[in-house]
Amino acid sequence: MTQELRGGRRLRDRFGDRLLLIVTCAAGVGAVALIGFIAYKVIQGAHLALSTFGLSFVWHSAWDTNRNVFGAAPGLYGTAVTSVIALIIATPLALAIALFLSELAPRSLRLVVGSLVETLAAIPSVVLGLWGILVLGPFLADHVEPWLHRWFGFVPIFGGTPSSSGIFPAGVILAIMVVPIVASVCRELFLSVPHELEEGALALGATRWEMVRGVVLSSSRPGIAAALILGLGRALGEAIAVTQVIGAGWFIHSSLFAPGDTLASRIAGQYQGAVSKLQVASLFYLAAILLVIGLLTNLVAQVVVRRFAFQRTGGS
Amino acid sequence: MDAAAMLRGDARVRRRRIVNRLAESGATIAALLALLVLGVVVWTIVKRGGSELSWGFLTKDLPLFGQPGGGIAPLIVGSAILVGLATAMALPAGVLIAVFLEEFASPRVRAPIQLSIDLMNGLPSIIIGVFVFGLLVYGHPQNGWAGSVGLAIVMLPLITRATQEVLRLVPAAQREGALALGASRWRTVLGITLPAAAGGILTGTVLSIARAAGETAPLLFATSIFGRTTEWSPGHALPNLPVQIFIWSESADPEDHRRAWASALVLLMFVLVTSLVARLVLARTRRRMG
Repeated sequence: MTQELRGGRRLRDRFGDRLLLIVTCAAGVGAVALIGFIAYKVIQGAHLALSTFGLSFVWHSAWDTNRNVFGAAPGLYGTAVTSVIALIIATPLALAIALFLSELAPRSLRLVVGSLVETLAAIPSVVLGLWGILVLGPFLADHVEPWLHRWFGFVPIFGGTPSSSGIFPAGVILAIMVVPIVASVCRELFLSVPHELEEGALALGATRWEMVRGVVLSSSRPGIAAALILGLGRALGEAIAVTQVIGAGWFIHSSLFAPGDTLASRIAGQYQGAVSKLQVASLFYLAAILLVIGLLTNLVAQVVVRRFAFQRTGGS
Repeated sequence: MDAAAMLRGDARVRRRRIVNRLAESGATIAALLALLVLGVVVWTIVKRGGSELSWGFLTKDLPLFGQPGGGIAPLIVGSAILVGLATAMALPAGVLIAVFLEEFASPRVRAPIQLSIDLMNGLPSIIIGVFVFGLLVYGHPQNGWAGSVGLAIVMLPLITRATQEVLRLVPAAQREGALALGASRWRTVLGITLPAAAGGILTGTVLSIARAAGETAPLLFATSIFGRTTEWSPGHALPNLPVQIFIWSESADPEDHRRAWASALVLLMFVLVTSLVARLVLARTRRRMG
């Protein structure tokens, strides 16, 4: 009787072990398959546009629903420019915040300020975009852009008339979204710098800033690069907030104050329906380009992070 | 050492001190600036949204086009259904993936799965929107299922990551103790490891809910054309907060802007309160387990 029971239990255990392994393994394989399926589905949707325009889609700049001609160039330009603006603004700010949180702030402030900065990242992009179009945009158009125009107007990018929606406000909104991401990654990096090194530099008579520059920043360089690439990935792919503030203009204009579009914002802006099948396929084509760019940036960031983590754990 | 050299040295020390002071205040100002932006955003939304918010606004149907009044009850219901369905899909899948990665997978099997999860986490959410459109909407009417699948894809890597983190915190001694007592693998996982990790999984899930509730892009092509009354069936397009805020923010009517502010306040409060609570609980769990 007990023997039978034990035998039954052993059978059940063997079955249970096998089942749990199979089910969890299937879920794991499913995750890999899902990424592949997403890529496949997006490229499949772009098929019609791919066969109609080929690769020339990438450098053509029309978006003409009447003549059924589409191209991605203005979106690529807008994506690149808004992301560059975002990184130019966000990089020094994020590094400074990370240094403040890891080296400067008193212990009691660290947790509070750190979690408030992370809260900034938790604001939904549609809410930030609403604020961007109704508050930040007009503020930039009234105060910041005229100033830039007056002093740097001879540079074409600051020519043109200030406006509350355009490439520049989009870049600023993206910077606000990127700062908390880069700052929190960099804070972890800076905290992981070995204390002996920092104390050694201070003992040699370095000021705190000299210690930061010579030890903290220089030993974290690859990690900072990875954090910036992660932030870049976020900026490249953000659709909603950018759509709200960028003003939807499918052309390449030298002025940053002019309206524009990114790949993501053009896709989002067309949500009310496309006219023709070719237009839908062209939107998928934009998505496919964005997918490739997004996957590449993330992949590069992962590689850098992994190599850096290996260095730090293997080297010390 | 003559006086001139000492003076020079003195000047250099002073310059180093000044540079140091400048760098320190620069870092402090940057941190203050971030807090200022957060403060201004939250304050604007509370101020502009708060004056519009009322019981009627929370409980009435959406306004008729171009008319004053109306409310956002259908949006709240729809968002809750979408996020609830997404959680029901992403939570089991995410936990299973995490269990596989932490308890079973060899390093070689682990690498591609971990990479897929990381890539999914970095995927622009508009791509997810386009994907569910191509998969579940193109050629059919818009529907809530498609939207919730999109949100589930947003949540999946977050839940997986959070679960992995707590699974790593479960003491090996507990696991080994169970195995040493003769418990089988599956009993150990289901009876010891997962219950020990349950709190952390829950907070991770709540954090991902806070994130999904504010996501607009995955819903934009799936469930953005809806009626003005409450819709309970995910077979139809479900009204939801993020998409409606997006639509109202693009409108030229100042009445719509007021509605957008008030809805943004509702959404923001939900997101901030849930993520704050989850973060606090998470910090406590970490301290207790780590």
